[in-house]
Amino acid sequence: MTSSDKWQLGGRHRKLGAMERMRGVARYTDDLRLPRMLHAKILRSPHAHARILSIDASRALGMPGVIAVITGSDMPTPYGVIPWTTDENALAIEKALYVGDGVACVAAESEELALRALKGIEVEYEVLPAYFDPEEALAAEETINPYARKGNLSKKVELEFGDVDAALHGAALVIEADYEFHGTTHGAIEPHCALAKVDADGLLTVWSATQVPHYLHRELAKVLETPARQIRVIQPPLGGAFGGKSEPFDLEFCVAKLSQITGRPVKLLYTREEVFYAHRGRHPMKMHYRVGFDASGKLLAVDAKTVLDGGAYSSFGLVTTYYSGQLLCAPYELGAYRFDSRRAYTNKPACGPKRGHGSVQPRFAMEVSLDKAAVELGIDPIDLRRKNAMGEDCLTVNELRVGSNGFLDCLAAVEEASGWKQRRAKLGFGHGLGVAGSTYISGTNYCIYPNDMPQAAVQITLDRSGRARIFSGASDIGQGSDTMLAVIAGEELGLPTEDIRVLSADTDLCPVDLGAYSSRITLMVGNACLEAARKLRKKVTQSVAKRWECSPKQVNLVAREAIDMHDPERRAPLVEAFQWAEADHGLLGEVGSYDTPKDRHGSYRGGAIGASPAYSFTAHVAEVKVDAETGEVGLVKIWCAHDCGTAISRGLVEGQIEGSCYMGAAEVVLESHGVNSEMGGLHHGPSLLDYRMPTTLDTPEIEALIVEAPDARGPHGAKEAGEGPLHSTIPAIVNAIYDAVGVRVDDLPVTPAKLVRALAAQAEKGGV
Amino acid sequence: MNEPRETPPGARLLSFRLNGEDLSVATADHQTLLELLRYGLDRVGTKQGCDSGECGACTVLLDGRPVLACLTLAVQVEGRDVRTVEALAEREAAALLDAFDRHDAAQCGFCTPGVLMSAEALLMDKRRVVSQGEARAALSGNLCRCTGYTKILDAVVDASEKLVEAADRTREPAS
Repeated sequence: MTSSDKWQLGGRHRKLGAMERMRGVARYTDDLRLPRMLHAKILRSPHAHARILSIDASRALGMPGVIAVITGSDMPTPYGVIPWTTDENALAIEKALYVGDGVACVAAESEELALRALKGIEVEYEVLPAYFDPEEALAAEETINPYARKGNLSKKVELEFGDVDAALHGAALVIEADYEFHGTTHGAIEPHCALAKVDADGLLTVWSATQVPHYLHRELAKVLETPARQIRVIQPPLGGAFGGKSEPFDLEFCVAKLSQITGRPVKLLYTREEVFYAHRGRHPMKMHYRVGFDASGKLLAVDAKTVLDGGAYSSFGLVTTYYSGQLLCAPYELGAYRFDSRRAYTNKPACGPKRGHGSVQPRFAMEVSLDKAAVELGIDPIDLRRKNAMGEDCLTVNELRVGSNGFLDCLAAVEEASGWKQRRAKLGFGHGLGVAGSTYISGTNYCIYPNDMPQAAVQITLDRSGRARIFSGASDIGQGSDTMLAVIAGEELGLPTEDIRVLSADTDLCPVDLGAYSSRITLMVGNACLEAARKLRKKVTQSVAKRWECSPKQVNLVAREAIDMHDPERRAPLVEAFQWAEADHGLLGEVGSYDTPKDRHGSYRGGAIGASPAYSFTAHVAEVKVDAETGEVGLVKIWCAHDCGTAISRGLVEGQIEGSCYMGAAEVVLESHGVNSEMGGLHHGPSLLDYRMPTTLDTPEIEALIVEAPDARGPHGAKEAGEGPLHSTIPAIVNAIYDAVGVRVDDLPVTPAKLVRALAAQAEKGGV
Repeated sequence: MNEPRETPPGARLLSFRLNGEDLSVATADHQTLLELLRYGLDRVGTKQGCDSGECGACTVLLDGRPVLACLTLAVQVEGRDVRTVEALAEREAAALLDAFDRHDAAQCGFCTPGVLMSAEALLMDKRRVVSQGEARAALSGNLCRCTGYTKILDAVVDASEKLVEAADRTREPAS
């Protein structure tokens, strides 16, 4: 079939389950309640770094309604989402490593009684020196994390491709600068929540607002020392995640353990303050970049030195450290490349993966460097990027194999839509346009725990009522992955999406899927779904062909009908076709699985990290108005063109682009996540008032432009859309600010105070 | 089902109208409307995102005006009319739900009940086609982390157009 034959693919679809969610019928985790359910609360350390000398819960246990109290020693096995860096305990044992580290957990008859009981737990601490700056932590004698093997160095990666020193030496222009990316957090509107119960036969069920049910399943088994077969993890409808729910958290272990101890269901809902302390958000990075060009603007080399502020635990930090360098090698051809990334432990909430894991920060440094070069060389910034674009089917300097590449089309789309050529030179002082480009992975070729099994699997059954059921382990976190699967299956099976039920993210009912992270679901789970659906299609078309005495190839399944493509008058209702197939083949069920290619990465140590089956590409143009007197940046409009390979469902892809632009824009001018070192490591403001997420009034107009460069490795050519479109939002805005007022702020966020200072410094030098 | 139960000590009997139904329930002086709705009455469509009046996920209509259920004490609704997202589908405001669905205006859907209540208040107040700017102002107290608001604003404007068209149709004589 050609793409013009597609009857579902690339259309707009009503999202599965959306009406239930909107009407308040769908039950998110905190909407669940069970008979005799207890409520749990966690006592958290008030100190950023302290040895725990003793914990006395006897007073709490005597308080009304208190059923049980647990501490770290009840769950002594360390865990970590990355098997090489197991450096966390469910509750702190020896030391508390940041303000907010969990120390004890109470289960009581109500949330109020549990909260009251926290005051009855006495913890004796020996306060230790705390380190809030990564470089100070690296130089310190004292080791923060008791499981750390190299002091406060959490991970170090040094890689060099080509002769960087020679290339920079011969360069006509070297842009050298220090960049700083501050911390930001996910801010999902649904706080983390978990509920556990134990059946009479010992089966432990955990409902959790998680985006990684499988990893949670594994870690629960490990920490609770309970066989995985006796644990069931269910992800109810999820109220946003963005990477903030992509590893196990203390609450899941606590409710599970407390329910094992008490025999009663136990629920724990984080307060908004706890969500901020749980964090796992974007790493602050200090980046020193040297980027060399020849006189024509051709990129010769990049030399990047990066320090990552990791916080108290590793989280995904091993991967983050690699990604801070590995994902910079597209969409531009680099002659030579070197990066040196060091991640430090600090006494702060742990950093982890936030939308665009590890590569949003270096992308900012790179794209601002390109903008500076364009100014120096007198080249249009879009043309400079065009000149260096790497094209499709090529190998990056760090040996990652790139397939389809729609980057040039993305640049052209934003150039055209924004009126770049006609408008840019005419905008007056204070009004500017900026451009940036980026790339991102569609999942990773290697799983975070080594194994030879598929990364994704889907099971589909058809029944005689004329519908399909899809069983998928994938986590729909709001991005619409259930709908994506229904479109792929419906396309093959002739079913509109409303005739398809998707059961997802339940470890008892569904095949294993690794979770909603690294933009893997559309490509991986989509491929698995396509395989299962095609097997079923084959059975159904065979059965129709048998009755029509024709070739199965001429039978098409479209819109609840089987149709003879050679004689379109000959049709049968799909429900009848399914019944014919069930009569011929027995119960109609098929599975599909997907594993990544293992030959598309570098052969050096670490060369597999950052390797993806397919890469998405993005270009942004941002328009800003800057008030030079107050330093305020007004975001006028963002155009984003994103190459998602093939748009399986257009509305969903647009939604991902729009949400990414919004989230990225917020990181430039509004949001900042950090702790106050002078206040002993207290969070700057763990509330949605102080952490300034944009409202409708702060959010600019956003225009999503879909570019399609189908990739041979994606289902129908599809690549990711959820994370790529965030990256270049940030440098596009920063570059637009320069275009507006002629000064640069290289350390994010761009606050009015920083801009006013930069403008004053410029005026002193006699500029503008 | 909604007969007054015996009031425990420290509690008081509260009577109000919820989604068109007269209710009498026991409440404590310090209980918020959000706690009463979610945990006392199992009306979980109203969400808790921050419990401190910052996110807007718990927006409900009190006598037709949007309020935050987490900042409203249950006792404050004595004798008053409360409407939550669960009531939306039963009314002409189903136009809003339909527009949100067609525009993909909900991603995770967690903020959506609150957004819908603010939008409903706007449409009931204006009873005409609203502008993007009016929609932005009316929804500025509802944080959404998924959508960038683009499709939400489109859906609200679209719903206002559909409601006006429907009202015009009912006014025209049958042809």
